[in-house]
Amino acid sequence: MTTLPTSTEKKLGLVIDLDTCVGCHACVISCKGWNTENYGAPLSDQDPYGANPTGTFLNRVHSYEIQPKDAPAQLIHFPKSCLHCEDAPCVTVCPTGASYKRVEDGIVLVNESDCIGCGLCAWACPYGAREMDAEEKVMKKCTLCVDRIYNENLPEEDREPACVRTCPSNARHFGDFADPDSNVSVLSRERGGMDLMPEMGTKPVNKYLPPRPKDRDRSEDVDILAPFLEPVATETTGFLGWLDKALESMPGGKN
Amino acid sequence: MHPAPSVILFSTLSGLGFGLLAFLGFGMPSPTGWVAFVFFTLGYLLAVGGLIASTFHLGHPERALKAFKQWRSSWLSREGICAVAALLIMGIYAIGAIFLGQIWSAVGFVGAVLSIGTVFTTSMIYTQIKTVPRWHNVTTPIMFLSICIAGGALLAAQVSLAMPLLAIAGIAQIAHWVLGDKALKNSGTTLATATGLGARGDVRAFEPPHTGTNYLLKEFVYVIGRKHAAKLRILAIVLMVGLPLVLLMMSHSHILAGLAVISHLVGVFAARWLFFAEAEHVVGLYYGKR
Repeated sequence: MTTLPTSTEKKLGLVIDLDTCVGCHACVISCKGWNTENYGAPLSDQDPYGANPTGTFLNRVHSYEIQPKDAPAQLIHFPKSCLHCEDAPCVTVCPTGASYKRVEDGIVLVNESDCIGCGLCAWACPYGAREMDAEEKVMKKCTLCVDRIYNENLPEEDREPACVRTCPSNARHFGDFADPDSNVSVLSRERGGMDLMPEMGTKPVNKYLPPRPKDRDRSEDVDILAPFLEPVATETTGFLGWLDKALESMPGGKN
Repeated sequence: MHPAPSVILFSTLSGLGFGLLAFLGFGMPSPTGWVAFVFFTLGYLLAVGGLIASTFHLGHPERALKAFKQWRSSWLSREGICAVAALLIMGIYAIGAIFLGQIWSAVGFVGAVLSIGTVFTTSMIYTQIKTVPRWHNVTTPIMFLSICIAGGALLAAQVSLAMPLLAIAGIAQIAHWVLGDKALKNSGTTLATATGLGARGDVRAFEPPHTGTNYLLKEFVYVIGRKHAAKLRILAIVLMVGLPLVLLMMSHSHILAGLAVISHLVGVFAARWLFFAEAEHVVGLYYGKR
């Protein structure tokens, strides 16, 4: 069924901390690794060692520059994967029912054996979270590592999405947003977790923590010693003045 | 958006085909015997040919039958069901007209409504896509329907009807362009809202996730040929509406009418290519491409 559930028992999702992400792309690689070796069609690459390599990724890290009006520019690394929206537009457009949102935990998944590869779900997603695999011709997306988080064959500390498990700067957190006391709910509440493109009305489950304000720019500060250090002479005189004029009069001296 | 030839072919041909079938269903004209055979064959070739072309862009066309399941939520599913229903009902009407010399008006009426309904569902597949502001407005279904009806009138040789209908289709197409040009700006979606970082300063895409291209860029950030868009728009409108109107006004010969149909078809092709090539998907914002 591609109609959305009115509510889900759990709301599993991620908190991504834009303050601590260092842009190392380790989450991209661990995601690609796990999801190529495990559930569903592998994430293929085309021309991987050639001149124009391309491939399917469920998680990509962008980098953005913010230029505030009165402070130095900031660089923000910005990991982006499926936000497991409550009002997921990718699910309702699917003609076959291959795309669905799970009632038990809110994860948005694709049943690959029902996917006809029409691509309409990727059109409907504002975040670019879905990619058609060029080899398997089915739609691929983040599964929130559904084959890890409930997997009793794994040690307990590994039962979280591969991207979260691998992040060396702890910029990614996994939990249940339906529980107001969960780690992700608390983080989101305390740090002002935000939605991407809220005007699209998708109600994303994943939240992004905005970067904390940086140390302020001190270049314009008034220094009490500064008046004593101001240059005394505005025009060069004496030996330096003579040298300046002499050098300027030489061929190629004047600029 | 990537202008996939199969999808452009589908929307152009099946739009015209279902337009013709609708006019036949409404009894304008209501031929029997061999003349009916020619008319219905043309309508079915266009409509079914377009539908077959549309399956070429599927990754797994062998699973296409599964697409009839989700009519409750999916416009693509509704389109499939509507198209099959229209073709079946019009088939019964065609058998009556061709082999039995009978015009079953009620059957024709239902088939005609379903034929137009199919084009409406096609247009809604695009209109529902909120991520493409150029499509997500009322001009999209109006444009699709008016062109389908005008093309149908032209092909059904309803000359006196075709002329005003073509003019209306031209106006609808121009309205779609004019409103569409401002749609992304008016949608309020920017790199600032996409990243949530807008309150802190001007946001600029600094580095893309990968040095190479990817599915998203190929499918949604199509830019080739945009520089010729203005010329193509003029060409499309002249061929789709202008030339056919002039040809229809000149005389009522079959050859001129045939030329008018060909000109119209080429014009609609150009307009539909632009419909995709000019459409800006908001995901391009993440790549600094808007």
